[in-house]
Amino acid sequence: MKKIALNGAGLLVALFAAFPVYWMISTSLKPSSEIFSATPQPVPTHPTLTHYREILTGNLIPGVSFLDFFLNSALVAVSTVVLSGLVALLAATAVARFRFKLRTSFLIMLLVVQMIPLEALVIPLFLMIQRLGLYNTLPSLILTYLGFSLPFAVWMLRGFVAAVPKELEEAAAIDGASRAQIFRRVLFPLVAPGLVATSIFSFITAWNELIFALTFINDQGSYTLPVAMTFFFGRDDTNWGPVMAASTLFTLPVIIFFLLVQRRMVSGLVAGAVKG
Amino acid sequence: MSSQTKSPETAAARENPARRRRRVDRLPYLLLLPALLIIGVLLLWPLGQVVVMSFYRLNSVRQLRGDREWPWVGFGNYVDILSDPFFLTVLRNTVLFAAANVLLTMVLGTLVGLLLNRLGRKMATFVASCVMLAWATPALTGTIVWKWIFDDTSGLVTWLFNALPDGLSNSLFGRSDWTGYGWFNSPLLFFAILTLVVVWHSFPFIAVSVLAGLKSVPSELHEAARVDGASPWRVFWKITFPLLRPVFGILIVLSTIWDFKVFTQQFVLAGGTQDRPTFMLAIYSYAEAFSPPPKYGLGAAIAVILTLILLVVTGFYVRMVLRQEDES
Repeated sequence: MKKIALNGAGLLVALFAAFPVYWMISTSLKPSSEIFSATPQPVPTHPTLTHYREILTGNLIPGVSFLDFFLNSALVAVSTVVLSGLVALLAATAVARFRFKLRTSFLIMLLVVQMIPLEALVIPLFLMIQRLGLYNTLPSLILTYLGFSLPFAVWMLRGFVAAVPKELEEAAAIDGASRAQIFRRVLFPLVAPGLVATSIFSFITAWNELIFALTFINDQGSYTLPVAMTFFFGRDDTNWGPVMAASTLFTLPVIIFFLLVQRRMVSGLVAGAVKG
Repeated sequence: MSSQTKSPETAAARENPARRRRRVDRLPYLLLLPALLIIGVLLLWPLGQVVVMSFYRLNSVRQLRGDREWPWVGFGNYVDILSDPFFLTVLRNTVLFAAANVLLTMVLGTLVGLLLNRLGRKMATFVASCVMLAWATPALTGTIVWKWIFDDTSGLVTWLFNALPDGLSNSLFGRSDWTGYGWFNSPLLFFAILTLVVVWHSFPFIAVSVLAGLKSVPSELHEAARVDGASPWRVFWKITFPLLRPVFGILIVLSTIWDFKVFTQQFVLAGGTQDRPTFMLAIYSYAEAFSPPPKYGLGAAIAVILTLILLVVTGFYVRMVLRQEDES
């Protein structure tokens, strides 16, 4: 009896959590007649890829298609990932492998900096972007997201670097390997899985970001996907089929990446409070 | 002078026989340099700059580019904001929204965490996977879907209310035809839906963290208490909660910080920055600065106020994390 109640509660939670995602995908596969019918169908009775075809082949504005926005977003996100991964790895190695004077201060700064409300930085960063002549360019976003993703990336990678047994590096050092060689041949391959996990978080940060992309890019051809979606669908949304198809295409990579790394997220954020 | 023994974490430094070199090692500083530069230029400098900007009257992009001078107004922007009764509305919206969301997220997240701990292996995996979906969904698309669910013609909720028996619907809400009902028109209803969206997005993190905490607690304690006939309510407050107090502390602080600066969900749900009665600090600052006519100085002052509020909360967070780092 108790078991049934528990399982029932579990099913309710699962339904509440997963339903919007299901509804998004389900709507995207329904023909418009079914979407706008008086009685909603729980599953698409006549599944169709029309909306996807419409999204992927048509132009949202003259000369610019969904795919172009997708590529803008991908370019920004991948550049952010590469830069932030590289810089974070160096910093994480410093923090995890060396004892030096400012180490603790740096760690505290990392924590504090992660708590800066990024929403409060839109105005000064807008000023900086204007002064640098980067307004309306994708590098303005790459630069911004690099700053946003770096503190968490260092915080997370430091755990991965620390987990690599020091003895391996010491053995390599005894064998006469230089510090650069140790870094490249010993540490890097062992930290690689952690680097992948960290990269995914940087990717998600950059991929999902809306406010700064909305503010720094004025030229419609350079919109990232989130801006394009709020701009073309967010205002007067009546045509839910293509909107849901676009949302699905935007969401799926994030969900896949996220599921690969979600465990790290908890340990990264709750930093030491939760063991295991 | 050795850089190693000076470290405050002497316990860790002691077991470090490999690097016993005496001179100050420059390598760690070199490795840190790029990260420090980026954090300094892209986070700390703007943080200072927003304070500077809040003391000027900045009403055109040309001033930002440096083509026109910046008239100094001292605390003028702050006086303007604080003397405007609208600021009180915004502050009340922000605080009440954050309080309600933190409370609901924590309660729901904790309950789901406890539930996941009690479910059988297969069921727990299934429920946890579904919960992960809500967490993984980007704020943008998650909000768009909820907006579709609350669509005033073909949305699921509109259909649901239409499906109620007319008499019941009439006596409860005074209407039976819900087609065309503006779910987002009244501020209270708007905030209710926004709360639904934000809680949906944020309870998974709480649930998973609480679950992780529960797994680290020896289960014998719970079993012993249960055998002694203690009610689940008592077991939670007498055993689980005290053991997980640090986890709960951090989760509450993190949630507070996140819920104080909700932006994307509100922006998408309201369809922009026009819905002034539902403004909260983050969107108020943005709207003042970027909706024409631009008032960058005023927006900066609001951003500073938001930052100061969060600074206090952050202080708590850092203290808690550091205490835990010491303990572990």
